[in-house]
Parts: sequence; structure tokens; C-alpha cells
Amino acid sequence: MTRLCVNGETHDVRCEDRDSLALVLRDALGLTATRIGCQHGSCGACNVLLEDVPVRGCLVPAALAEGQAVTTLEGLRDDAVMIRLRAAFTAHHALQCGYCTAGMLIAARDLILRGRAGSAAEVRAGLAGQLCRCTGYDGIVAAVLAAQ
Amino acid sequence: MIPAPFTLRRAATWQALPELLEDALPLGGGQSLMPLLALRLAEPTALVALRALPGFSDIAERDGALWIGAGVTHARIEDGIGPAPLRDWLSQVAAGIAYRPVRNLGTIGGSLALHDPAADWPVALLALGASAVLRQGDTRRVLPMAQFLTGAFATALQPGEVIEAVTIPIPAPGTRFGWCKLAPAPGAFADALAGVFRAPGAAPRIAVASPAGARLMPEAPPPDDPHLARLRAVAIRRAGA
Repeated sequence: MTRLCVNGETHDVRCEDRDSLALVLRDALGLTATRIGCQHGSCGACNVLLEDVPVRGCLVPAALAEGQAVTTLEGLRDDAVMIRLRAAFTAHHALQCGYCTAGMLIAARDLILRGRAGSAAEVRAGLAGQLCRCTGYDGIVAAVLAAQ
Repeated sequence: MIPAPFTLRRAATWQALPELLEDALPLGGGQSLMPLLALRLAEPTALVALRALPGFSDIAERDGALWIGAGVTHARIEDGIGPAPLRDWLSQVAAGIAYRPVRNLGTIGGSLALHDPAADWPVALLALGASAVLRQGDTRRVLPMAQFLTGAFATALQPGEVIEAVTIPIPAPGTRFGWCKLAPAPGAFADALAGVFRAPGAAPRIAVASPAGARLMPEAPPPDDPHLARLRAVAIRRAGA
């Protein structure tokens, strides 16, 4: 059994050593905000927080997350920055299909917290690792700038 | 896109590591290895997680050099370690590697051990005159970067041996460093990389990425090689050293 601490709750899950954190969050714990996209670290849809910093959920074996605090989008419901980001994403139509949104929000929150969202150019560079297949980047950049 | 089955082991001591590695691959931050496994370009039956090894993520100034444990992440270096101006040079290199969620786990030692010919650290560390501290059990050896990097995806690491740390000499006052990365998008692997290190009164030391891995440019290009001479001039100019 692997013991995971997710969004402040402890869970014992049965998983293989090869299973990624993103897979286990979705399939074993039902936390489906985290999306699985490319599964090799390129698209950013699976971003989650590990010890409060964003990581690719697909590039961390779940077993190696044992003993570390995992936070998914579900766990950021009452987070002050996330509340602003959610409102700004709605106001600026920053999503179409929504598949990239969870990873986008987690990456955007990190940019704001690190003070790296000061201009459109900075936001674009900071979100370079987040792919939106609907290509709705203009709205996303506007939303992140508005959410600061 | 699911890796082939493997067993995960955790190394707790340096002494136990060589035996654990006998039929396994070492796992640092996993930001290069896990994608290779997901794409099934590699199918090891076991991985050994290194991060719990004593001192694996230490940073210290020792004997006129900055000691960076192999497990130190790109993000930590981006946020600033060691004395200025080395701190700023290292930060600039780290900030150009992949994306912040990758930099939060990816390590300097892992990048060096893989020696992808388009990767940033091998070129930067070669220009900075760094050395690799290699460890196998209780045995250590220190290799200058030029001897450690033996070719694309090739290093001097022996079976059972891993990188313990990278050491970078603290530069003399007045030393300059320029770094130029040309990539199709922010964070992408480089099309071209050049690092130029210039200590006062010394010839510039120039490292570039090549298909055969990171390599030093000759101090003075041979007069019959105008391409090399031009590449050298462009590297110096673009790196702003």
C-alpha cells in the first residue's frame, strides 16, 4: 500500500510502482480535476502541487510522493489567488474545451505568487509549458494579468 | 504512454547504492528518465531513487569552489545559490531549462548524467570550468567536466557510480560570463548553445553544444577553418562576454 497525503487527507492506495501520481489521483482517489494529456511532461495538463510547488503529475511515480503534501485543484477551492483566477478566467473567456484549465490555473497561480506575471510577455513566457489545444491563449494571458 | 513495469527502490546510504544499482537505473528528479520510460525508449526492471542519500541536495562553499549536490533542482538554482556573480550566471542558465513545474523536480546531476547533446548544464558547466564529483560506495573521484563528458548521452560514469555533486570554482573579481541559448520556444531543447567564460587577462573559454555533446572550442581556431572562426566570433558576440 502507498500512503498519500492529498489536500490534507491521508489515503492508503493500492498502486503499481510505475503508476504516475496523476493516474492514481484520478483512478484511485477520484480527483478528476487533474487531467492526463501527453503523459511525458510536455503539455502541463496534469500539474499538481507537491510540497506547495507545481510539478508534472505524470512524471512523478505515485509511490515517490509518499510523505509529501500533494495538492490538486480540488484542494485550492478556497485559495485566495485561485478565487481571483477562477473569476478572471470566467470574465476573459479563458477556456474553451477546458482540458488544459486545471494545469493552466496551477501554473498561473505559481507565476502570480512568484511575481512573474507582470506583463503579457512575462505571462506568455511563464506559461510556455502549458499547452492549450484550442489555442485560446489571448484570453488566458488576459485573465492571468487581471487576476494579480 | 504507460511505462513498462518496474520496481522502485530507495537508496538510503551511499554504501548500499552500488548493489541496488546492479540491475537498475538511478532516478534523480526523473524529469528526463520518466518521459523516456513513458515512451518506452527504456524499459528497466528497477529504478533506484537517489534523493534520500545523505547530502545529495547540499549546497556549500568549500575550498574556493561552490559545491552543488547532484540532487539540487534547477528551480533552486534559478532562485539563487552561491555568491554573486556566479549566482546570477547559474540562475540565468537554470531559468532557461524546460518549465517551472519541471525545474521544481529536475536536478543538475540528472541533467549532467544524461548528457543530452542539446541540454543546458553540460555546456554551461564546461564553460564555467566545473568538475563532477563521482561516488561509488565510499570511493570518490573528481573529474574535470571535459573528462567527464565523453560524448552525446555518454559520460565517464562507471557501473554503480553516480554523481554526488558538481563543484564550480568561485570566479576571480572581474570575470565575465555570457550565455546564449537559441531555442524554438521558451523552455524547449536548444538548437544552439554557447557559454563564454572570460577571466581577467586570460583567453575566453568557450563551450558549445554539438551533435557529439558539449565541447570546448579551441582557444584560437585554425586559420584554415573559417567556419569555426566565425562560430567562435558569433558565440562571443551573442553571449555578450
